[in-house]
Amino acid sequence: MFVDQIGKFTLSRLEAAGRWTLFSGASLLHVRSGGALGSRLARSVFELGVRCIPVIAIVSAFAGLVLGLQGHYVLSRFGASGMLGTLVSLSLCRELGPVLAALMIAGQAGTALAAELGIQRSTEQIDAIELLDISPEGFLAGARLFASLLVFPSLTALFVIVGVAGGWLSGCVLLPQDPDAYWAAVHSALRGRDVFECLLKAAVFGLLTTSLCAYQGFNAHRSGEAGARAVGIATVRGIVLSSIAILAADYLITAALL
Amino acid sequence: MNPSTAPSEPPVLEIRRLRKGFAEREVLRDISFQVPTGSIVSILGRSGTGKSVLLKCVVGLLEADSGEMFYRGAPLAKSECRIALRRASSYVFQHNALFDSATVRENVLLPLQARGTGSPKEWDKNVRDVLARLELEDAAERYPAELSGGMQKRLAVARALVTQPELVFFDEPTAGLDPLRRNAVFAMISKLQRERGFTAVVVTHDVQEALVVSSRILWLDAGLVRFDGPAAEFETSDDAQICEFRDNIAALRTALRS
Repeated sequence: MFVDQIGKFTLSRLEAAGRWTLFSGASLLHVRSGGALGSRLARSVFELGVRCIPVIAIVSAFAGLVLGLQGHYVLSRFGASGMLGTLVSLSLCRELGPVLAALMIAGQAGTALAAELGIQRSTEQIDAIELLDISPEGFLAGARLFASLLVFPSLTALFVIVGVAGGWLSGCVLLPQDPDAYWAAVHSALRGRDVFECLLKAAVFGLLTTSLCAYQGFNAHRSGEAGARAVGIATVRGIVLSSIAILAADYLITAALL
Repeated sequence: MNPSTAPSEPPVLEIRRLRKGFAEREVLRDISFQVPTGSIVSILGRSGTGKSVLLKCVVGLLEADSGEMFYRGAPLAKSECRIALRRASSYVFQHNALFDSATVRENVLLPLQARGTGSPKEWDKNVRDVLARLELEDAAERYPAELSGGMQKRLAVARALVTQPELVFFDEPTAGLDPLRRNAVFAMISKLQRERGFTAVVVTHDVQEALVVSSRILWLDAGLVRFDGPAAEFETSDDAQICEFRDNIAALRTALRS
């Protein structure tokens, strides 16, 4: 009985993964369906990107401040406080920047996307789009997926820049670190390969987050609930699955590129 | 050629032995009927008899378990016939399914953009015409949530008619409206149908209003067609259930008057 239930659960998860793959493929393939692609792309960049700038700036500033503080404390114990710039810049660029930025965007824009599509599903707006002979996946999610390829790397770059500045503020203004040594360490530590890894992770996280949140909202009616409750479940599933996917993909990309 | 032997025009829609169930419950058991070109066919019946399910099976939002459907004599099982039906038809949803993040003008414009035929200038002209006809021109830049229930219904009808379809499906077009607005909606359907010459299939609970505007009546009961014929015959039908329904309405009207 127990094995039977595990089998059924596994099959249902595999089926959902298959539907998500098909949904993502259809979204990208039929992005032109329904026309007005330019305005949909612009709107997606605004919703995914511009609206998230304040939260990205605030979180990255505090992340940099804490890294500067902790880095100064730990490195001083080993007489290596001159390495603070290296620690802050590499931590932010290779790991913290892409992951934290993606989690922040998922928390703000991803949940909004899942809720919006969930409401459109429960109010039959998606059925109406389908009957207009428009691909609802392409029309509602396609432009957002393409926008995420631009928005996530851009916001991640912003996160790293503000974070490094936060590390400088914490280590060199509030604590007695040498600013010249800090910036020299930042400059010498970061290489093209690190920046590539940072932007690659950001783009992958963007696609994963946007497609998972859009998929959950789009399929809110499959949760077994209806109306507002279905929208709530879709939103929660969107953010939870996105967070797991971001951390899992982070490990896989890091392992592959090291 | 003798008119009596002349081949008559095939019905715009023909349904044969349609069945549809959900889990353990069979909603449509054996549905067959025809929709003559240029007619208004009203589908009546008690709540839960599968009227809306029938409509959604016909347009392809739900998949029938078995049975055959034909659009102008061509089987809808073929994807090109289903696409042809979608291009030639429109659907007015029970709760309107208006695009809530788009303005009134954008709601009406989208079907034209989706179709892609004609120029943006022609689209604008068509949108202005249909909004003027349905007395919505002053609300063109407002959002659906800012409109009254009656205006939202008119917007849903405007969106359905802007492509000048030959077949329009109305799913409970008077749901949630007061008696005066109900009459107005049926009068609007009848007037527009005469002006534009489309064929209409109307799912409704409003027997009295449907009898006035319809050329044919379909009465569903327990997943079966209990009556299929001209509206005049429905009024004189000696079917026990229909008689009971008519008597109930008459008794209610008498009680209300007294």
